[in-house]
Amino acid sequence: MNQAIAAALADEMHGDPDVIMFGEDIAAAEGPFKTSAGLLKSFGPLRVRDTPISEMGFLGAAVGAAATGLRPVIEIMFIEFIGVALDQLVTEAAKFHYLSRGTITVPLTVRGSVGAGLGFGCQHSQTLETWMYGNPGLKLAVASGPASAYGLLRSAIRDNNPVVMLEPRVLYARRAQMETGEDAVIPLGKAAVAREGADVTLVALGAMVPNALAAAEGAPWSAEVIDLQTLVPYDKEALLESVAKTKRLVTVEENPLTGGWGSEITSFVAGEMFGELEAPPIRVTCPDIHVPFGKELEQRYLPNPGYIAEQVGALLETGRRPPHWWEAYR
Amino acid sequence: MTFLEHRRKLQTSRPARYEAMCEIRAFEDRAQALFFEGLVHGTTHTSQGQEAVSVGMAVAARPTDWVTCTYRGHGHALALGMDPSVVMGEIMGKRIGSVGGVGGSMHLCEVSVGLLPTFAIVGAGIPVAAGAALTSQVRGTDDAAIALFGDGAANIGAFHEGLNLAAIWKLPVVFICENNHYGEYSRIDLTTPVEDIAVRAVSYDMPGHVVDGQDVDAVSEAVGAALARARAGEGPTLLEMKTYRYAGHSRADPGAYRPEGELERWKERDPIAIYRTRLIEEGELTPEEAGDIEDRAARRIVEAEETAAGSEDATVADMFRYIYAP
Ligand SMILES: Cc1ncc(C[n+]2csc(CCOP(=O)(O)OP(=O)(O)O)c2C)c(N)n1
Ligand SMILES: [Mg+2]
Repeated sequence: MNQAIAAALADEMHGDPDVIMFGEDIAAAEGPFKTSAGLLKSFGPLRVRDTPISEMGFLGAAVGAAATGLRPVIEIMFIEFIGVALDQLVTEAAKFHYLSRGTITVPLTVRGSVGAGLGFGCQHSQTLETWMYGNPGLKLAVASGPASAYGLLRSAIRDNNPVVMLEPRVLYARRAQMETGEDAVIPLGKAAVAREGADVTLVALGAMVPNALAAAEGAPWSAEVIDLQTLVPYDKEALLESVAKTKRLVTVEENPLTGGWGSEITSFVAGEMFGELEAPPIRVTCPDIHVPFGKELEQRYLPNPGYIAEQVGALLETGRRPPHWWEAYR
Repeated sequence: MTFLEHRRKLQTSRPARYEAMCEIRAFEDRAQALFFEGLVHGTTHTSQGQEAVSVGMAVAARPTDWVTCTYRGHGHALALGMDPSVVMGEIMGKRIGSVGGVGGSMHLCEVSVGLLPTFAIVGAGIPVAAGAALTSQVRGTDDAAIALFGDGAANIGAFHEGLNLAAIWKLPVVFICENNHYGEYSRIDLTTPVEDIAVRAVSYDMPGHVVDGQDVDAVSEAVGAALARARAGEGPTLLEMKTYRYAGHSRADPGAYRPEGELERWKERDPIAIYRTRLIEEGELTPEEAGDIEDRAARRIVEAEETAAGSEDATVADMFRYIYAP
């Protein structure tokens, strides 16, 4: 997936001289996750820059550059580090268009790595969509593999709004055969049906898409798996269409239960289709705890394919919400 | 040896300082090897080459002072008196680890030795140390706080806000910048317009000093003087320790960005070798005694690793503890 990201960046930089990028160790070192391989060489130090460890400074500078004509892409090495710069994104960038009566646009892309699975401990393993998804003016997309990383990133860069693009760290090393070029661009706001099915709709984001697909593979029931791709704005039609067919909805989320993005999705679908559902919408999430260190604990923390399949199977069998695995530990 | 005995020894005995540095070196070499051998999960940041800063700081600090440091914290934790098996246990995800094994290498903590949870976010510990100093100021004690952070951290807002706040409130805190000349992969001159971080003290009207971070005596003297100033109510000090990290930034980094010969030049100023020579020259150690110390330190780390490796893994139930205070 890291090569797909570098390719998307290169393709947009070729197509538009206003696209510039900066971040910590992205130029000379080509990115801590090797997501900018070859870019300094191809586009030079005016357009591809290393920054000091100054997230507030460089995110703010990207807002300024975006508001005055450039199309910057910045990298937040681990999404946690955006904590020190959130003002610039949420309270400045997302509101400039509104506060200029539409005279200013902020075509800014903020890329950040997210998620658990690599043993980085609780300050380097969160997904943090919840920090960013309740903000009008800000769009939010999440990559689920090489093709979606490529296609979504190109759209994010072209979009005239600030867009946050989250990249699951566990997927950087994933490889897949994929197309590049115009046909591979994925519009923001559109979900993808990753697998068709009849009995239940599994809605997932990011690293949970492969997990939901793995859970659906070989299960005795037939699941439709939707890769939401863009969380803000999310694809309401795709959700309603799928659930109209399956009558059951399960979100698969890599975040703590409380406040996770699935609460918005399930509440929306339940509100629209209450009478048509054959089971309560359920959410398969992580518990309300910090991401633990240690391989086994971390894998237990995450919704793995086996657990997803268990939850979905129980829902289909009983028509009720099955208990979360962690209820025994409360 | 209890941690208080350890700290007392550091204060009174120079050979004990030598031993503490040898212990950190042996620990870090082993920690790095464990990750390379794939025996432990995740990543680690080791501090070979920077031992004199950890030990000099621990010599000068009181057991009741508070310390904040970073993900590169094994050396500070050991110097402050944490048991090596507890640090090793954390790296290995064991219940005897300092956070019970759910934190990992970047997350150490031991309140009894004064170590607040180590910070994996660059700069975050700097204002927190100012806050710990605020507690002593409000309570009227003469304890102080120490913040340890890297050269890269001197470019983040928290550094500037933390120093300014400490200066205007005259907080009893010592800011120790460990200038090992690199952030992750970027040399300091690519990210920082001044050569000496210490000059930034001028903006906050506090003393700023450059210190030889490879000389444990120079470190302890400078930290001691800054702490004395802090305890006397005269406010914060910024100390810049010139040092070098021998290893890459983290497990994944071979350090290929370093100019040829730089590492070798710094190794000629190895803090452990410098101190060994000095103590022998000044008659405080014989070469045999130095050898015994090295062996003892190495053995302690081997034992610590055995203890940690043979102990219980953190359990699923452990993940659910301490999310909220009662
Ligand atoms: C706010 C924030 N930005 C970026 C990082 C990623 N990061 C971790 S360590 C590091 C380099 C820090 O360099 P320095 O302050 O010199 O400390 P050293 O690692 O050399 O001890 C970076 C960029 C982080 N942890 N937090
Ligand atoms: Mg450094």
